[in-house]
Amino acid sequence: MIKITAKPIDVQKVIDTASSLGAGAVNVFIGTVRDNAHRKNVRWLEYEAYESMAVAEIRMIIEEAAHRWKLMGWAVSHRVGTLRPGEVAVVVAVSAAHRKESFEACEFIIDAIKAKVPIWKKEVFEGGEEWISANPSMVINVN
Amino acid sequence: MTERKLKLKAFGIAREILGSREVEIISSAQRVGDLRDGLLKAYPKLQGLKSFMIAVNQAYAAEDILITETDEIALIPPVSGG
Repeated sequence: MIKITAKPIDVQKVIDTASSLGAGAVNVFIGTVRDNAHRKNVRWLEYEAYESMAVAEIRMIIEEAAHRWKLMGWAVSHRVGTLRPGEVAVVVAVSAAHRKESFEACEFIIDAIKAKVPIWKKEVFEGGEEWISANPSMVINVN
Repeated sequence: MTERKLKLKAFGIAREILGSREVEIISSAQRVGDLRDGLLKAYPKLQGLKSFMIAVNQAYAAEDILITETDEIALIPPVSGG
């Protein structure tokens, strides 16, 4: 199952879809909206997706992971629209024979989603807004 | 070179720069690289982005890919999902 959805993600449903009786491990990553970034208070995030291409890209990532780690089941769901701190933005669930494969596959999938899949988020904070990763001038203040 | 009407989809910050999620442009661009050059001239704010990719028919396209009027062309600014 690959889903891009404007509705709240049913985490248990994603896990159930990925589960398999033959698997000894189910690994789940849940990405949530933080209430802070770069010392700013985040009010909400606006997510948008190029849905048809996002699904196609996620499918390619899953196929690679399924082959490399012999996955027995998998499911990915990603939210779009307005998300407030604490809300679930993305869920990746995989099942495999053993825990090591499940951890590695799950990490590979979420890392690849963040790097390649055409989904964007704009951070709306107190006093402004910013498309994440869009501009090279974005300075992360760490002093 | 022949000018053609191309339909573009734009997302995220590129959507804001182009002013709409779907834009029609008149372009003589034959390949993805020509289209990129034309867009950077027509919309100078795109030059301020860290990078942008062009997708043709829902796949990332290399600069030398030929484009046609029926292709689904999309501007992909740096992604930030997850």
